[in-house]
Amino acid sequence: MKIVYTDNNATTKTADEVIQEMLPYFGELYGNPSSMHTFGDKVAKKLIQARQRVADLINADPEEIIFTSCGTESDNAAIYSAINAFPDKKHIITSNVEHPGINKFYEYLQKNRGYEVTYVPVDEKGLLDLDILDKNMSDNTAVVSLMWANNETGVLFPIEKIAKKVNEKGIVFHTDAVQAAGKIPIDVKKAGVDMLSLSGHKIHAPKGVAALYVKKGFKFSPLLIGGHQEQGRRGGTENTASIIGLGKACELARENLSVMNTNVRELRDYLQTRLLEKIESSSVNGDLDQRLPNTLSIGFDAVEGESILLMLDRDGICASSGSACTSGSLEPSHVLMAMKVPFKSAHGSIRFSLSHYNTKAEMDIIVASLVPVIQQLRDMSPFWKNGKMV
Amino acid sequence: MWDYTDKVKDHFLKPRNVGELEGANGVGEAGSLNCGDALKLFLKVNENERIVDASFMTFGCASAVASSSALTEIVKGMTLDAAAKLTNDDISDYLDGLPKEKMHCSVMGQAALKKAIADYRGVQIMAKPGEIVCECFEVTDLEIIDVVKANGIKTTEIVTDYLKAGGGCGQCLERIEEIIESVHSKG
Repeated sequence: MKIVYTDNNATTKTADEVIQEMLPYFGELYGNPSSMHTFGDKVAKKLIQARQRVADLINADPEEIIFTSCGTESDNAAIYSAINAFPDKKHIITSNVEHPGINKFYEYLQKNRGYEVTYVPVDEKGLLDLDILDKNMSDNTAVVSLMWANNETGVLFPIEKIAKKVNEKGIVFHTDAVQAAGKIPIDVKKAGVDMLSLSGHKIHAPKGVAALYVKKGFKFSPLLIGGHQEQGRRGGTENTASIIGLGKACELARENLSVMNTNVRELRDYLQTRLLEKIESSSVNGDLDQRLPNTLSIGFDAVEGESILLMLDRDGICASSGSACTSGSLEPSHVLMAMKVPFKSAHGSIRFSLSHYNTKAEMDIIVASLVPVIQQLRDMSPFWKNGKMV
Repeated sequence: MWDYTDKVKDHFLKPRNVGELEGANGVGEAGSLNCGDALKLFLKVNENERIVDASFMTFGCASAVASSSALTEIVKGMTLDAAAKLTNDDISDYLDGLPKEKMHCSVMGQAALKKAIADYRGVQIMAKPGEIVCECFEVTDLEIIDVVKANGIKTTEIVTDYLKAGGGCGQCLERIEEIIESVHSKG
């Protein structure tokens, strides 16, 4: 069975070009970039190129890039570093729709380190309440950290505008751009962020490699204390092949940025229009404009997400859901709950996240599968009768 | 992905006895939309108190659908007295087991069956006895005590897997822990 992969916000296919770029560094070019011989230096030279490529994607300088192991490490390192830079400030501001990779760290800081955390709410479209952000910044605030794009809905926060406000108050600003990088143009200089996280496997690099941008001059304190690697900011021998893969993926992402914002956006919009047209009582979660070009979160009344996903899976379609049952928790996703999406559609919300590898024919396959799936589940649902919710 | 048995997958993808049942004389509902799963069970009982037909309508995940489908297959042909003795484990066993996080789906089946039988017999099910511990999912202390005793449960996580209690806001987790301790200390 042919697989239709539309779960690219979960992870992406490693691009063939990326694999080709990496292969020699798993095999014959195994040298340690720190070594004092030409053999290791060959790898070091390649890392310089990778660092430049990552920097170019976000308009940073190469020395502002630290390679890490995953988005979660980048996020943790950023927050850890920010609070270490201002040890007397005991307040953190974030939003109530962040990724667990950073949220759980706040919970830890709250419980064990005496930090106060303000979670700025979002509205029904998933947009941030900037007034509340304004009102909560104080002399005691060590860091403001907000995601650039939401992983579940694709909704974008106005990071440039926010960074300006935060900078004016002299507070450190970090953004989790794991979902945004490679999908929308990012210019750290223009945006004025102090730190930014991105992750390889969301942009067609392999899993296990990510990066943290740290603005020149920021007093960074490492999370992994060890060797001199990454200018002493992240100990541990470099994951050379993966870093080289990340570099290549960033180069490709930069080249594909316009494709993402034209072709992929058109595919997403096509899928969205067809589904809304063909399936009654369906609704898009999140703001339609302030949104990643590849993401569609769509809720179907009176049916449950896990059931939808498993029936799509039967047809070879990979998507994900904001439903409780898929995660083992019992409440629908904290993102949809924060947006006050009603239970009737929150439980039946599905996320399709596309890449440039998807085709229009695949969108048609999804529609052809999903229409009868929703019908079958509604026929079974006690909350659906005669074509409407009861 | 959940490790569902072939039986669960089969009953999910090809559910038996779906839809309203014409001439049903015992109907029971359990769960709710907010909880993320709900089951409406229909029974047709003859004059000898034997269940001659059963059907269901379910909103929920694959294991909720499979548990409902299995339940209707199990009860068909049973006397009401025999059906009243069914437990959630009977449903789970019929499906060759459920992931522990999904045991509440079989508990929902058992609850709907109890209500359908009471409906047939014209018995009012009284408001739940005991004191509500979990506000999110309306679970009482007596229900928690029952499930802890019956299954030798030692942790709050397992209570949540069975009853959902504590799986929402989490405020009652301490209270659930106290209940577990008190059950085991009494031996």
